Amino acid sequence: MGKFRSLIIVLLLSFVTLACSAGTPGANAPIDQNEVNAHIEVKGSDTMVNLALAWAEAYQKEVETVTISITGGGSGTGIAALLNNTVDLANASRRIKEEEITQARSQGIEPNEIVVARDAVAVIVNPANPIDHLSLQQISDIFQGKYENWQELGGDDRPIVRVSRETNSGTHVYFLETVLRLGEKDNKALFHPNTLLLPSSEGIIAEVRDNPNAIGYDGLGYVTHDVKVLGIDIDQAGNVVFPSMETVGLGIYPIARDLFVYTNGEPQGANKAFIDWILSDSGQSIVKELGFVAITP
Amino acid sequence: MDTPIIPGPQKQTPKDAFSKAAEILISAIIKAMGYSAIVFVIMIFYFLMSEGVAAFGEVPLSVLFSTRWYPIEGYYGILPLISGSLLVTVGATLFAVPIGLATAIYIAEIAPRWVREILKPVVEILAGLPSVVLGFIGVIALAPQLRILLDLPTGLTALAGSILLGIIAIPTIVSVAEDALDGVPRAYRDAALAIGATRWQTIWRVTLPAAKSGVLTAVMLGIGRAIGETMTVMMVSGNAPIMARGLGALFLPTRTMTATIAAEMGEVAKGSIHYHVLFLIGGILFMISLLVNIIASAMVFRVKKRSERILS
Repeated sequence: MGKFRSLIIVLLLSFVTLACSAGTPGANAPIDQNEVNAHIEVKGSDTMVNLALAWAEAYQKEVETVTISITGGGSGTGIAALLNNTVDLANASRRIKEEEITQARSQGIEPNEIVVARDAVAVIVNPANPIDHLSLQQISDIFQGKYENWQELGGDDRPIVRVSRETNSGTHVYFLETVLRLGEKDNKALFHPNTLLLPSSEGIIAEVRDNPNAIGYDGLGYVTHDVKVLGIDIDQAGNVVFPSMETVGLGIYPIARDLFVYTNGEPQGANKAFIDWILSDSGQSIVKELGFVAITP
Repeated sequence: MDTPIIPGPQKQTPKDAFSKAAEILISAIIKAMGYSAIVFVIMIFYFLMSEGVAAFGEVPLSVLFSTRWYPIEGYYGILPLISGSLLVTVGATLFAVPIGLATAIYIAEIAPRWVREILKPVVEILAGLPSVVLGFIGVIALAPQLRILLDLPTGLTALAGSILLGIIAIPTIVSVAEDALDGVPRAYRDAALAIGATRWQTIWRVTLPAAKSGVLTAVMLGIGRAIGETMTVMMVSGNAPIMARGLGALFLPTRTMTATIAAEMGEVAKGSIHYHVLFLIGGILFMISLLVNIIASAMVFRVKKRSERILS
């Protein structure tokens, strides 16, 4: 029995050593300004992943000494990675939360926010759905489960199937705050528990495309032509606004948001050069190409 | 006429001493390897629980055992997730056990030799199918068909998850059950046929009961396989944390423990409440599959005991 016990201790010790050496990859790879080959690690928002890839591709062509790797996973995932110090930049399609900032500070990380683009969130239904536009209040009530049938909204006699991104998605949190809670701070509305939480933007598009009962939402850049984009009633007079680069740019489409990049403290060296380039005309022209809205018109 | 050389008392050469030392060393290493599986299991359980028990201190039990799961707003009710996993697993069992057992019986008892030689490898290929591929097929083909056929609001339901998990569990059930049926002595069947039983009566009344323990083990292992599966369920079951209150919930979307951990582990900050609750869910999942495996091996032991009794 003594032998067995010492064996356990030896194995445990070897595991502890392994865990310690593997636990902090970020700490082992500081970005040095003078380093010839800088590497930038980017993680976060799935909404922004195509945009970030296009930026990285164009930037690496211009500046050959930099390599950039991009991973998606959701805004929450990116911010968590920044807090755990495993990435240089975190992409987020929502603003960092108070709790996350507190958490970051307790770990010696100072999140620094940079607005890099703007995006519209489109509310989408199946093309077979006769409804063309809804008010924010109606959309909020639909996702809270106050409506169960499309008939109640003037549509066909079909059950309503609510489709949403997973909770780690910045789009999910943004939609919750802006649409379900209508931007009211003390509004505690929640998604109805039977809302489908799909792991990807593509999953949402696929379900809405195939299912005439479905209603979902997604970043405008992801919306394909085989789903129907709903207009939003902006006043009682019957004016309807559809999401587009123009309506977001004019500030009249109500479900539009900033897209962010977070760094640990003021960006330095290679990170700073990359972010400055994103904010320059060359970076912002890529924003427009991908269907997002540039911050400098 | 050679006289045989009789070996005298041997002298220990250095070479012998070396091989003796090597033997001790090797057997010690092998022994350590043998124990290592146990050590790993204990360490994994300890790791899960050391992170998970903190959740009991941070989340009131009334919240933890409530029916609302929405972690980004502090709703940590794990009951819908447990019920989701159980529901999908029960559904998968209902689907996989009849098909798996029928296939095993066909392969072991009825199929001619050449069919058997085709069927067995094909079933093994099914076992090697990556679960993400199966999930993909589920999203594209199965879920829309289910919605249309059964006139459901959406096809992304526990039922879709159950069917695909059933397909994943079938190869396990088939190969273990087939081995068990194969192990039934030929004489049993011959005796049954000799007293005039039909082939079906022989299978149903003699062979299957004789292989009962092995067949039950096959079912338990199939269940164990289904409950831990992640990717497929996450893709096809809709992930809505609805509390399942009966088998009718099969036709609603559901969220399993595995899908919850997979979808949310990436977003949580280390050491947060959400992080601890996810570890607690992992610990519960571990205990459930441990329980299933203990039941399965208890059945295997019972078989052994009985065969020993017969032999003695």
